[in-house]
Amino acid sequence: MSIDVRIPTILRSFTGGAKAVQGSGDTLADLLTDLDRQYPGIKGRLITDEGALHRFVNVYVNDEDVRFLGGLDAKLNSGDSVTILPAVAGGALAFAAAHALRG
Amino acid sequence: MYSVLTIDAEILEAIVAHARRDHPDEACGVVAGKIGSGRPERLVEMENAERSSTFYRFDSMEQLRVWREMDDLDEEPVVIYHSHTATEAYPSRTDISYAGEPGAHYLLVSTRDPRVTEVRSFSIVEGTVTEEQVNIVNAGVDPHAVQRYLFGQSPTTVDYECPARA
Repeated sequence: MSIDVRIPTILRSFTGGAKAVQGSGDTLADLLTDLDRQYPGIKGRLITDEGALHRFVNVYVNDEDVRFLGGLDAKLNSGDSVTILPAVAGGALAFAAAHALRG
Repeated sequence: MYSVLTIDAEILEAIVAHARRDHPDEACGVVAGKIGSGRPERLVEMENAERSSTFYRFDSMEQLRVWREMDDLDEEPVVIYHSHTATEAYPSRTDISYAGEPGAHYLLVSTRDPRVTEVRSFSIVEGTVTEEQVNIVNAGVDPHAVQRYLFGQSPTTVDYECPARA
């Protein structure tokens, strides 16, 4: 069971500079646990304290956004390719106020 | 550490034009350049998936496509830009929270004034914002270009490299 994982620049300090690593797991959640075993601390940058995928991060499985594949429950198969990218977002309004506005 | 963004006048004008065109929504995009060169060379306007006057977000699939393309071309995002349409050209707390490309220059454009566009550049690393000087290359000798852009800089000098005259 081998999954190719592409690591963004901002997380390469965890992987010793490597931009591509190997991991295993039947789901994305399992894969991140496996990656954290290999590269301690990396999972904390991807998952919130509540156990959800961080909104600052985009994760793709075979070029599909995992948000459409069940998020952390997305199923993985050997040979799959996972890409992690920091989300690019922001704006003038402070976050808390924004969420309040959106309801 | 003293940090500088060197950018071509034509690219900067295109960024400003993009911001003006999308006003009052925030405009956003990236300027790619060869890895390690620090030179922004290829402008890619991105769609603001939020379509908001106070937020921007790159659509995740479009971002994947553009980041893959940069990877194929041995490029990296040298400049990540977006506009503020009613506030100053300074990174908000949201901007700082999201800044996930530590090597990029975060270029802020403010279109709050219809006549004067504010353009400022910042390095944002681990929550720390450092303003950068913006060096415009090939600015030409357009007297109005100076009045169009407002730079807040530290130090307060503005450097222009004029093309060599034969």
